[in-house]
Amino acid sequence: MRRMVPMWIAIIAGFAMLLSAFFPMTESLGETFGDVFNVVAAIAFILGAGSLAKVNLAKVSRRDPGWGFAVVTLICFTITIVVGLGKFGVPQNPQFAALPWSGEKEAEGGAFAWIYAYALVPITATMFALLAFYVASAAFRAFRAKNLEAILLLSTAFIILLGRTFAGVVLTGWLPDWASGLRLENLSVYIMQVFNTAGNRAIIIGIALGVSATSLRILLGIDRSWMGSGD
Amino acid sequence: MKTLVAILEKLDRRWIFLAMALAVAGPILIIGITGKTLPETPTPAARAVYNAIESLPPGSPILLSFDFDPGSGGELLPMATSLVHQCAARGHRMIFIALWPLGPTLIDQTIKKVIQSDYPNLKEGVDYVNLGFQSGNEAVMKVILTDFRKAFPTTKSGSAVSTVAAMKGIERVSDFPLLITISAGYPGAKEWIQYVVSSSGGKVKMVTGCTGVQTPQLFPYYPAQLNGMLGAIKGAAEYEALVNESLAPKDHSAAPNPKYLEAQRRMGPQLGAHLLMVALIILGNIAFFAARKTKAGATS
Repeated sequence: MRRMVPMWIAIIAGFAMLLSAFFPMTESLGETFGDVFNVVAAIAFILGAGSLAKVNLAKVSRRDPGWGFAVVTLICFTITIVVGLGKFGVPQNPQFAALPWSGEKEAEGGAFAWIYAYALVPITATMFALLAFYVASAAFRAFRAKNLEAILLLSTAFIILLGRTFAGVVLTGWLPDWASGLRLENLSVYIMQVFNTAGNRAIIIGIALGVSATSLRILLGIDRSWMGSGD
Repeated sequence: MKTLVAILEKLDRRWIFLAMALAVAGPILIIGITGKTLPETPTPAARAVYNAIESLPPGSPILLSFDFDPGSGGELLPMATSLVHQCAARGHRMIFIALWPLGPTLIDQTIKKVIQSDYPNLKEGVDYVNLGFQSGNEAVMKVILTDFRKAFPTTKSGSAVSTVAAMKGIERVSDFPLLITISAGYPGAKEWIQYVVSSSGGKVKMVTGCTGVQTPQLFPYYPAQLNGMLGAIKGAAEYEALVNESLAPKDHSAAPNPKYLEAQRRMGPQLGAHLLMVALIILGNIAFFAARKTKAGATS
């Protein structure tokens, strides 16, 4: 029963969405399932929050390696959720002045906006910026011209790295118009539009075929791995 | 030479980190002090984005979807600024939505920075509106194909969308002559193409601004399904230069406001970082081949 019900929900919803794409008379059915999906997606946020709390609380209680980070996660999670739901410091929305708590949780001056501006933004920006340092270190240690494939990869990397900056213009801007295709900035565009597009299209078509096959297996109830082990 | 190779072989990665910090900090300081930016020549993909907005008659409704979060703000906020700048200057109606939870705050930031600051004549709810975030990823796209208000029944501030003047004449997503998505991943430009552009039978025209990681993945869709594309900070800088050039006074008497030069300013640190990467790859290979030669000499 625990496996049959989800499987039939997936089969009915899947076929409804599939048919709605081809037959106009079933369009509204597809929309209904689309609405249901949106409601489920919203509820999944609550499920996600519950799962995050459960996993981290278990980590702390077992004193797993790195349990201190789980404590930090739980503290930050609790503060953010309380501040967001409680709308601390949020000014009243002038459109709905008579209603309490009508202000937006992200409104300027509120505690949630403060967390966003002074914690979330700097933290995420720092994480992203760190990439530059690790990529530089990897470039020094890993990019070796060991064979023909590696040489091709390195040559492409040089063209893209230089062509996507002003260095490309400085190095090859002197080339005459009839040889403008060899300018680094043009070469980088050519590589992206021709070689990259050809490779990516092959990957996209391959993925699409794989997705179609897997979807069909799920819709026909052959593949049930998406439901987990059932333990 | 031997000493250099020995140093390179044992180089602590903290020296590389320091070199990267200097390669990025140097141009930031120089551009910050002088205020000068590097020149940009727009590629056809960036020009196509500009033309797609410019070719619409003033007052056209444009759907702008902010599908990113602050983590990608360094790359994507400058292009969001320029896109809104051009739309506002052309007098288009801007309808903002977000499929990422943190998108609405970024929309508010951009509205404040561009529209409320430089276009005070544009009225909220009439010339632009923020409809906020909707969960559901592709399912939201499927719903707005047939009924836009079902997915976005209220504005971010809580007003019913049916009472918003900016939404006049909009029943479904194909009523927008142009869709702009600023995309950092999933859901983003790729899903918009697959679920909206393709399903609409070509009725929906779309342009995108995306991160560097997404750019190669989106090139296969350009220019058929995707009418224009701004790839990473380079694309943003090219487009920014185009918009600034078109909105500058004819005698070029006034320089653009620094907030409209953010992408071009970031091309300086990008140049420094890329040159360092090239130098590191060359140095790494010198060390590699020298070590291989020494090893071969020792075994023979």
